[in-house]
Amino acid sequence: MTLKDATAIVGIGRTPFAKQLVEDERTLACRAVLAALDDAGIAPAEVDALASYTMEETDEVELAKSVGLGDLTFFSKVGYGGGGSCATVAHLAGAIAAGQATVGVAWRSRKRGSGPRPWTNTAVQLPTPAQWTRPFGLLRPADEIAMLTRRYMHEYGATRDHLFNVALACRNRANQNPAAMMYDRPLTREMYMTSRWISEPLCLFDNCLETDGALACVIVSRERARDCAKAPVYVHSAAQGLPAQHHGMVNYWNDDPLTGPAWTAARHLWKHADFTPQDVDVAQIYDAFTALVPLSLEGYGFCGRGEGGAFTEQGALEIGGRLPINTGGGGLSEAYVHGFNLIDEGVRQLRGTSTAQVPDATTCLVTAGEGVPTSALLLTNRS
Amino acid sequence: MLEPVKDPTGAPFWEYAARGELRVQACADCGELRFPPRPCCPHCQSFASEWRPVSGHGRVWSYVVPHPPLLPDYAAQAPYNVVVVELAEAPRIRLVGNLVRAAGAPLNSLDPRRIRIGARVHVVFSDGLPQWVLS
Repeated sequence: MTLKDATAIVGIGRTPFAKQLVEDERTLACRAVLAALDDAGIAPAEVDALASYTMEETDEVELAKSVGLGDLTFFSKVGYGGGGSCATVAHLAGAIAAGQATVGVAWRSRKRGSGPRPWTNTAVQLPTPAQWTRPFGLLRPADEIAMLTRRYMHEYGATRDHLFNVALACRNRANQNPAAMMYDRPLTREMYMTSRWISEPLCLFDNCLETDGALACVIVSRERARDCAKAPVYVHSAAQGLPAQHHGMVNYWNDDPLTGPAWTAARHLWKHADFTPQDVDVAQIYDAFTALVPLSLEGYGFCGRGEGGAFTEQGALEIGGRLPINTGGGGLSEAYVHGFNLIDEGVRQLRGTSTAQVPDATTCLVTAGEGVPTSALLLTNRS
Repeated sequence: MLEPVKDPTGAPFWEYAARGELRVQACADCGELRFPPRPCCPHCQSFASEWRPVSGHGRVWSYVVPHPPLLPDYAAQAPYNVVVVELAEAPRIRLVGNLVRAAGAPLNSLDPRRIRIGARVHVVFSDGLPQWVLS
């Protein structure tokens, strides 16, 4: 048995994205899931599998009972925050290909815009290994990734202009996307270079948005996909990645901290694919912080080690460039919902319905959070 | 300020630090140093460990300068630095800390413009926490 093109994403759904939505996370989850099922033309009672993140607050019981799902025979939750985004789809694809279920729904609902910042919780945020970092004021994910970013810039000569190239590409795409939180907010180099610091060397525009919103998608077998309302987007290859001796976002404690989980996920992803990085038409690369993009470009094989910064030059990440990325605006400029909007946008590109459509796109890489145990998908509309 | 929340495996580090000693966990069988402390050795799988004194000398591997929003005690000192120091004896053993003017000085006591990757530093102690000063 192989996962290759055995399943397809046939429905996507989302709520509006905003700094503050009125409805609670459970209601938003229900809305996104029902929108995705409606998009697929599949009734809620046909759903028999669910997958989400361990950080998801709405559990399977609540969701299934609320929207009227059928008998569930598979349900799974993936850890490590945004590192689990693509793995939710991967788990459902595996379950469906193995015959454990027939209709799977993956979702994420989060009020991170109006809710608390997780790092402000001192009651639960000081387990091992935070004893080695938090007392010294390394408090937030931005601080932890800034540490790796500084080292990366030092070793390879990456610059703030390279990070700006990432922020700008995402913002430019968001400016084309009416659903994006930054739709009507253009970004200039001057704004970027004069913005306030969050954790040097990362400034405000190197950090993702804080968003209320929810998304979902529907996965079925390739045979079932033929009967759905929308053209199927096949799950061509899928991988999770937790490298030997990796240490999460504070990955300072192994031989090579700059070789992150992307490298491990990529080896498995490409091993099972019929195409190579050169054949990828468009990519949705997890962007909680700009610096994760050059690191991911290296890990997934679009350039060599240390070349991720230079790769961003000459508009490479823009529409018409070498690798258009985050065409809905990404976590930096559309919405930050733990990367689920990147999956949604990958599907839209391969349906030909993106607001920043890459002409004739047939292949899309979607990645989950780099710097934590991660996951990734290769999607295609050809099979 | 946040205190280290200790676990049984890491507690000896803090006990030695309270006495002004920097020690790193090592495998008692194969001798490999490891950090953060863990129950067994990833190289030889031995559960026997010891706490080996180190010189306290090292180099700055990387650093950040956090700005608000931060927890209140830290915001009051921002911008301050946080460094990762690689130890002279074992460059893969890296400790997170603060580079200060002298033992007990606040997190923001050193101008961040004086910090460079590769700078030689050594450990000092204040209230049971290791801190780092430029050598």
